Amino acid sequence: MCDTCGCEGDSPVTYNKPNEEHSHDEKNEHSHEHPHHEHPHHHDHADKHHSHDHKHEHGHSHGKEMKIEQNILTKNNSLAERNRGYFEAKNIFALNLVSSPGSGKTSLLERTLKDIGQDLNFYVVEGDQQTMNDANRIAALKVPVIQINTGNGCHLDAEMVNKAVKQLNVANDAVLVIENVGNLVCPSLFDLGESKRVVVISVTEGDDKPIKYPTMFHSADICIINKIDLLPYVDFDVEKAKNYASSVNHHLKFFEVSVKTGEGMSAWYAWLKDTQQH
Amino acid sequence: MHELSIATSIIEIAEEFAIKNKGANIIKIEIEVGELSGIVVDSLEFALELAIEKTVLERAKIIITTIKGMARCKQCGNEYVNSDWYTACPQCASMDFDITGGKELQIKSIFIE
Ligand SMILES: Nc1nc2c(ncn2[C@@H]2O[C@H](COP(=O)(O)OP(=O)(O)OP(=O)(O)O)[C@@H](O)[C@H]2O)c(=O)[nH]1
Ligand SMILES: [Mg+2]
Ligand SMILES: [Zn+2]
Ligand SMILES: [Zn+2]
Ligand SMILES: [Zn+2]
Repeated sequence: MCDTCGCEGDSPVTYNKPNEEHSHDEKNEHSHEHPHHEHPHHHDHADKHHSHDHKHEHGHSHGKEMKIEQNILTKNNSLAERNRGYFEAKNIFALNLVSSPGSGKTSLLERTLKDIGQDLNFYVVEGDQQTMNDANRIAALKVPVIQINTGNGCHLDAEMVNKAVKQLNVANDAVLVIENVGNLVCPSLFDLGESKRVVVISVTEGDDKPIKYPTMFHSADICIINKIDLLPYVDFDVEKAKNYASSVNHHLKFFEVSVKTGEGMSAWYAWLKDTQQH
Repeated sequence: MHELSIATSIIEIAEEFAIKNKGANIIKIEIEVGELSGIVVDSLEFALELAIEKTVLERAKIIITTIKGMARCKQCGNEYVNSDWYTACPQCASMDFDITGGKELQIKSIFIE
């Protein structure tokens, strides 16, 4: 069994493009794919391999040690490297957008698409456990998008992104934004092959988030502090948050923005355009 | 619960190992989990318990060893325990360090009959 495809039958991972022209009846158009069902689950081994009685080692309960020293994430990491190679070959600039639920990832993306969608060729992969809501918000802006619903899965992995990107048919020189499942824990372990990892926090969260979830902040390249329009109403200390974040990762680059008012967004756009070209 | 994904990956590696070794009977597996790996050992144990049913690890003894997070201070060279990514050097209070251990997430050994 596994959490992403649920071998036991419940909640497979699905990939859906919002319906461009008509009909919101997306239920009938689910393309069900079960990516994890490709690897063999050898449930019949017990019967096959019970012919070892020619090699009795009496009294030996320790057995023979075989050194493995294999990283458990090897499979995801190598698939991520394959994605990365594909992106590099096509000069695709890929961002992995992570945050707690509701920090403003989709809002940030919507505003970015509205403001500079003309200047850069955007494609979007949306990751959520359920619903087409976020993909529909992006599709409303006439930007190509695919929704991954992970079911019980708490993060996207490189294999899901690989499938989604193939279906999206991303053009050369594009900017691909992958919005991960809202979660600051699990996505930190799963490299998707992105060029840059962008973590979003909002000022309605605690300013100690970076040290409560250090693995994520350690693995990110960019930290966007969102909803600064709300600073007068909350106790969030921006400098403190930045210091905490820098203490787990002194390479982090910060942007302080309000997606709502647009404050600070031009610096983010300048970075996007500048970095995309290199 | 990404620990369930991790448990699934452990089982996949073990099953590949069993195939490569002509159906060797796995009696023990040793796993190393660093304090800075992002994995909660209790959750991993729980996930493994559920996931190993009807796999090559069903009857294997599972040993999980925790590896301490370690840092080396870039200012004074002191090596010290850093279990949370942001512990300053106890000798000179510097925050400028390299993590030298604790990110491990690996299968160390498999024991066969
Ligand atoms: N005041 C204020 N509200 C904001 C800002 N940005 C986003 N929001 C609000 O925050 C809420 C959540 O925003 P989303 O963009 O859906 O957040 P998300 O990170 O995509 O959420 P998930 O996909 O569920 O993880 C919405 O009600 C937004 O309108 C901002 O800059 N200021
Ligand atoms: Mg969203
Ligand atoms: Zn499965
Ligand atoms: Zn998880
Ligand atoms: Zn020191």
